[in-house]
Amino acid sequence: MKTITSLVGNHAVAYAVKQAKPNVLAVYPITPQTTMLEKLADYVSSGELKAELIKVESEHSAMASIFGAALAGARVFTATASQGLLYMGEMIYWVGGARVPLVAAIATRAIGAPWSIWDDHEDFLTKRDAAWIQLMAQNVQEAYDLTIQAFKISEDKKIIAPCMLGFDGFILTHTMERLELLDDSSVDNFIGKRDFSIIDFDNPVGIGTVAGPQTYMGYKYSIKKAFDGAKERIKEIMKEYSEISNIDYQPIECYKCDDADYLIAAMGAWSGDARVAVDMLRSEGKKVGLIRIIMFRPFPKEEISKYIKGKDILVLDRDYSFGSGGILANEIKSISYNLDSKIYSLIAGLGGKDVSEKEIKTLAEKMINKELGDEEWLM
Amino acid sequence: MNDKNFDFAISIPSKGSGGKTGLWRTKRPVINYDKCTRCRFCIIFCVENTIDEKENHLPEIDYDYCKGCGVCANVCPVNAIEMKDEAEV
Amino acid sequence: MANVNYMLRGTAACPGCPIPRELNNILEIAGKDTVLVVPASCSTIVMGDDIHGMPSVVPVVHSPFAAPSAIASGIKAAMNQLNKKGNVIVWAGDGSTGDIGFASLSGAAERNEDIIYICYDNEAYMNTGIQRSGLTPRGAWSTTTPEGKREFKKPLPFLMMDHKIPYVATLSIAYPFDYEAKIKKAMTISGFRYLHILSPCPPGWRFDPSLTIEIAKLAVETGIWPLMEYENNKLKLTGPSILLKDKSKRKPIEEYLKLQERFKELSDEEKRLLEEDINAMWLEIERRMS
Repeated sequence: MKTITSLVGNHAVAYAVKQAKPNVLAVYPITPQTTMLEKLADYVSSGELKAELIKVESEHSAMASIFGAALAGARVFTATASQGLLYMGEMIYWVGGARVPLVAAIATRAIGAPWSIWDDHEDFLTKRDAAWIQLMAQNVQEAYDLTIQAFKISEDKKIIAPCMLGFDGFILTHTMERLELLDDSSVDNFIGKRDFSIIDFDNPVGIGTVAGPQTYMGYKYSIKKAFDGAKERIKEIMKEYSEISNIDYQPIECYKCDDADYLIAAMGAWSGDARVAVDMLRSEGKKVGLIRIIMFRPFPKEEISKYIKGKDILVLDRDYSFGSGGILANEIKSISYNLDSKIYSLIAGLGGKDVSEKEIKTLAEKMINKELGDEEWLM
Repeated sequence: MNDKNFDFAISIPSKGSGGKTGLWRTKRPVINYDKCTRCRFCIIFCVENTIDEKENHLPEIDYDYCKGCGVCANVCPVNAIEMKDEAEV
Repeated sequence: MANVNYMLRGTAACPGCPIPRELNNILEIAGKDTVLVVPASCSTIVMGDDIHGMPSVVPVVHSPFAAPSAIASGIKAAMNQLNKKGNVIVWAGDGSTGDIGFASLSGAAERNEDIIYICYDNEAYMNTGIQRSGLTPRGAWSTTTPEGKREFKKPLPFLMMDHKIPYVATLSIAYPFDYEAKIKKAMTISGFRYLHILSPCPPGWRFDPSLTIEIAKLAVETGIWPLMEYENNKLKLTGPSILLKDKSKRKPIEEYLKLQERFKELSDEEKRLLEEDINAMWLEIERRMS
């Protein structure tokens, strides 16, 4: 049973969180996520959401408090961006290493210095090594849908990992779009009951104790195994969700890639602009397709490899690893060694710089005409 | 080490989590029960919780874990505990 | 204080370290429905590892250095929402409490989180090898203050009283019945409770391990460590400290200082400043008591 409405991204995510029925939330304001937690505070205050809202004094404490709550058996949530995500960095790794199911929404935002409140993907991607599942939304509908799926994915007994949802700051957080909401009981039935609690007075253990050289690596290996198997399970969960939402979810989306000679790869909101560029190029007879990444961690290697074999690809990066290259470009290059693909890296949109579909189209044309350098910065 | 359904670093309540700490000793506390007034100071103040109270409030040192710090000898109001060289005993 | 141990013997603590006894006495009163939150500190090591086990008979949540107050807040929030009863106790050293975790401590106190925060104060970053912290006393040697610390000891108990939380107390393991009474009192109060134990450290303060209790006692008898209780906005002294408002009843601080090599190089001027610090503290106590 779906309701059609329109909400800004922040409120869509807040609505999804409300439907997931968390027990404990931690909130600390940071642009551009602030209106999400204000909405959550409203829900708690009105009684629509029965939860404890801990108004912590820093982001580090936000992640620490929901970590503690999760260990005690609560379903939890927090949201942050940029500086806040970095400030809780230590706790992000702690939670990842501890394999605690919890969900955090990241309203992506550029990182200082210099100060910027505008959108890029750097903050989200800095956490890619921390043993978190990472999903990225392209529009408000996905921000809503993926939030709900994140709760189920993170608590799934075959996965048991924290899950991070990225969605573009301002572009999605503050933009109102048409949104199809599921009803409360469908969400409740889909996510199910939470069954994870380590603090047990009848079975006392020390959690997160020192692990010496003989044992530390074993714990990390078990996380690796969990991540290796997570992709298939995530696909199954996405399929289950598609059945109740009638929207098809997959780890990657392939738009007109099956017969494409050239590809554009992207993640996040500007995939929409890339899609329009693809259509414009197609109307001029150029066979271009779009690979859109929804699940960034675990990185969907097989799925991407299938499409990029023998193709030229323009990878859009709204981020940069200094001294190395665009992060998404590097990830795709790392799986392309046997596939006879040529990867072009486009660095654009840093600090919220606007990127239009026309600019993407022009650069794709340059790629087709072999006029593009290995790495281009769209200034 | 743990029976959880996933691998994570946990520790279980155990004596000797620091090892057989009795082996750390260079000096060993020896109680002279003739002098002992059963005030229980040694039991109360032993920082390692290693002196047990037996019948009639008599103290008994657990030499498996006693580290030989000497606090018990220091607090005994009648000097009934002597720190002897571990090598001698 | 009988034969059941709540901190199982044979811990990794140094000989003479009071941590196992301090925790044993707390857990005996708190009972099995207690979870300890332990940030990076000597206690992280005392709590054993995944191969050798841990001495605590209650669950322990290990915490990064700055996080214990927040983790404890979260655990309590979850327990409330899930209708689980039990005590949530932070067991933190002075480094976590007064320095790196102070913002988190202050935040949790301001929110009046329903947890007990216990700082065991060995007056330096002992676990990493004796580096000075904000709670190292004036004049004390440490590896980062080889000439003696120039600054004063951050007055944590008073700072916590200024947060107007329901209960603040200072404790000493040399006075175990006063210690026990304060733990029991804290258990009956809800809201944020802060307890601060002066915890002498043989390798860090440089004294023979047998003197731990003697030094803890002298700290109180010289007036350096007042035993106090703050409840309902009222401050009172407890135990032997009650008599020590009268300066003449305090033992001379030399008796305390001379047993610890960390004060060996204390100059006359520094000793004078240290005495001034103590006198100022007692004036502050009197002011707050009135």
